Amino acid sequence: MSNKLVGQSIRRREDFRFLRGEGRYVDDIHRAGVLHAAFVRSPHAHAIVKNVNADAALAAPGVVGVFTGADLEKDNYGSIPCGWIITQRNGEPHHAAPHYPMTRDKARYVGDQVAVVVAETLEQARDAAELVEVDYEALEAVIDMTKAMEAAQIHDEAPNNLCYDWEIGDQAQVEAAFAKAHHVAKLDLVNNRLVPNPMEPRAALAEYDKGTDSYTLWSTSQNPHMLRWMLSGNVTDIPETKLRIIAPDVGGGFGVKIYCYVEETVCLWATKQVGRPVRWTSDRSESFLADAHARDHLTRVEMAMDEEGRFLGLKVDTTANLGAYLSNYATSIPTYFYATLLAGPYATPAIYCNVRALYTNTAPVDAYRGAGRPEAAYLLERIADKAALDLGIDPVEIRRRNFIQPDQFPYDTPVALTYDIGDYEASLDKALTMIDYTGFPARKEEARARGKLRGIGLSSYIEACGVAPSSLISRFGAGAGLWESAEVRFNATGTVTVLTGTHAHGQGHETTFGQLVADALGVPYDDVEIVHGDTSQTPMGMGTYGSRSMAVGGSAIVKACDKVIEKGKKIAAHMLEASVDDIAFDDGTFSVAGTDRSKTMAEIALAAYVPVDFPDGLEPGLDENAFYDPLNFTYPAGTHICEVEIDPDTGVTEIVEWVAVDDFGTVINPLIVEGQIHGGLAQGVGQAMLENGLYDLESGQLVTGSFMDYCMPRADNLPSFKVGYTNTPCTHNPLGVKGCGEAGAIAAPPTLISAIANALGVDHIEMPATSEKVWRMARSAAAAE
Amino acid sequence: MPEVTMTVNGQEASGDVEGRTLLVQFLREHLRLTGTHVGCDTSQCGACVVHVNGQSVKSCTMLAVQADGSAVTTIEGLASGNELHPMQAAFHENHALQCGFCTPGMVMSAVDLLQKNSSPSETEIREWLEGNLCRCTGYKNIVKAIQHAAAGDAA
Repeated sequence: MSNKLVGQSIRRREDFRFLRGEGRYVDDIHRAGVLHAAFVRSPHAHAIVKNVNADAALAAPGVVGVFTGADLEKDNYGSIPCGWIITQRNGEPHHAAPHYPMTRDKARYVGDQVAVVVAETLEQARDAAELVEVDYEALEAVIDMTKAMEAAQIHDEAPNNLCYDWEIGDQAQVEAAFAKAHHVAKLDLVNNRLVPNPMEPRAALAEYDKGTDSYTLWSTSQNPHMLRWMLSGNVTDIPETKLRIIAPDVGGGFGVKIYCYVEETVCLWATKQVGRPVRWTSDRSESFLADAHARDHLTRVEMAMDEEGRFLGLKVDTTANLGAYLSNYATSIPTYFYATLLAGPYATPAIYCNVRALYTNTAPVDAYRGAGRPEAAYLLERIADKAALDLGIDPVEIRRRNFIQPDQFPYDTPVALTYDIGDYEASLDKALTMIDYTGFPARKEEARARGKLRGIGLSSYIEACGVAPSSLISRFGAGAGLWESAEVRFNATGTVTVLTGTHAHGQGHETTFGQLVADALGVPYDDVEIVHGDTSQTPMGMGTYGSRSMAVGGSAIVKACDKVIEKGKKIAAHMLEASVDDIAFDDGTFSVAGTDRSKTMAEIALAAYVPVDFPDGLEPGLDENAFYDPLNFTYPAGTHICEVEIDPDTGVTEIVEWVAVDDFGTVINPLIVEGQIHGGLAQGVGQAMLENGLYDLESGQLVTGSFMDYCMPRADNLPSFKVGYTNTPCTHNPLGVKGCGEAGAIAAPPTLISAIANALGVDHIEMPATSEKVWRMARSAAAAE
Repeated sequence: MPEVTMTVNGQEASGDVEGRTLLVQFLREHLRLTGTHVGCDTSQCGACVVHVNGQSVKSCTMLAVQADGSAVTTIEGLASGNELHPMQAAFHENHALQCGFCTPGMVMSAVDLLQKNSSPSETEIREWLEGNLCRCTGYKNIVKAIQHAAAGDAA
């Protein structure tokens, strides 16, 4: 056991079931007597629901019931909550509008749930849903954010469709910096709306047990305990003790499966109503309409500089689209997960940001891979490029001049965060070497000879993840703490069951947590079983998002392992007739210092469950739990550089090189971390070049409502990414780890846009930089020459 | 309702289906072979790829009645007992899967690629995979796995 597993690229143990088709996703679970739910969704973006006539649907074959929001209201089903209160500039809380499980008055976006049909088969449910007659009175659709404040009111609770008008930073200080600036660089930016699209669509299966008056809900959830808490604490009268949530294998999340949704809430209600299990699985069209969307900001950014390009002050003005209803964490994303990152890796002394968040008749918007930090990194890196262009400084050099230096940590930013550690130049230098930055002009010339426009672009990002220190986020308005839990339970035979409050939906926790525990306890890796995703098995936990599982969940596991070792020492001391202080633990063995007397972990575990030769007063058993509340966010940072070649005749952009150098602190499993980078990059490339969630401004129809219209990244859109690391271990968690799940999605958009703009010889190109857009700009550039 | 009979993973399977029942529905709901997944409703994502008479097919694009009399192989039928198919082994070795949802279709599609082209270039692999979406991996490791399987150096 002397070979430590942490740091090794162990192949994943969860692969086998997935590779054989033996994964168990929600839609794979069968329950006897199950009924199928199909939703009647509004075809209007904004309309009064005057009447729902279900007569024809109720008479259709196989139909068991047709229900509306009024039926759930009778059983005291309330609003799905938004758990983060934003205090506005005027000191008032944000304008919170209710989101009932199925609307009770108006439809507020295309896809809004108006009624549900429950039937014997899915086909019968869908056929009958077509027969439900809804009498709508169409209202003006509020789609365009720039006009939303003067448009028709969506919620009575939110005059001018304003959810909040919020600010952070010192405005006077920023104005003073601008007054003395040598130059101010300016950009207007669109951060395009995205539809997250995990490959497994959302699904729910609810079953009521009359005998115990209890419910089981299988849900495609990233955080089953949070879902239970919201359903029990806010939406329904069902106590937590009577509600079990199981999130089995989940096919990707990326944020969109964090939230409590209408559909699963309705299944929960319906199963008791009809006395049989009720299931619903989203089809992709429904996912496009009714999954939480992401991003969707309009921003003006201005950077004030001195003659050398040193940043003096940053001014940011953002309008953020929250959609028709507040998703659970919607309010926090364009505020505390966005504007608190506006220092980036730079020592900008003064920062001010104002955000106006609006309701519109579009799908709710909430966190998606990166969640606020991609928006912050994008504007910062675009303005850094613009500043360099304006002043005629190399974009690498302007970043270097403004980086926070290693001796400045811990570093208090002007926007509420304290970075614990980092070395931004180290990542930059490594990336420059990996891509052979100085060789670029020759490559550009060579490409020109082939008729291609070659460009190079970079971004140096920082992000805050490992969410989150409870005391800090409660000051920001959070209604929950974001600690994590773990239980390390030895079995009598010496095997170990580890229960974690996090949830894996592709991240490989069964492998990485197994590595961690095998090392910490000195037990064989194959003897460690990781359990997650079932509220009846695992301790209360907060789930997986915000790149938190290893930094927060892993730290909780370490703490629980420490407790096991502490107790093991007491047992070993008794068995070895020594003082506890003389017992050393190393690699699975408790020994008396300076002797050859020792006991293995397995012997101690057995003794704990067969406590005949046992310390007086010590409880039997070897089963410890721990809760870990992080002291700070972790701050991964890095530099990504890419090179593109554009065919000016077609506008097709080929990404020819991509180097990603990231500082994630300690890396537990390089293979898995690299996979996280690749995946994040693909999603970031998608945002920059391919993906766009687009509504018709008049009708409010989602124009990009399928994979035929919304361009997902495919294998031939992406390069073979090259990955490198630097390492400044996190200073405040026991593993020294930082989060790695979101970095790629944060770094990629500004990197790619930087390279495309460089190739085209323009200041900026808006996302997504589609071939058509690139082709038009290439033509304009050619015409100008 | 028409009755269909086909050989699925070497075993005869039959059932009564509606005319509109898709092959994927027959596999998942009638035979409870839930390894074949449904990720979209426009035949874009490829999570449902199976082999019908040795050819890769998106089973959401074929009616069950069209497969009547065919030999169908799903992801459940690919391994020989406990021994993974070389493509499955290559996916494992190269970390070519994360959430696992696209994986069955991706593997079945990749197996068919090598049947048609035993040593594809990286570009040919990436173009072949145009009909298979993965949201987790960024494709690099999938491409690598297929290259390894083609070279016969999977685990």
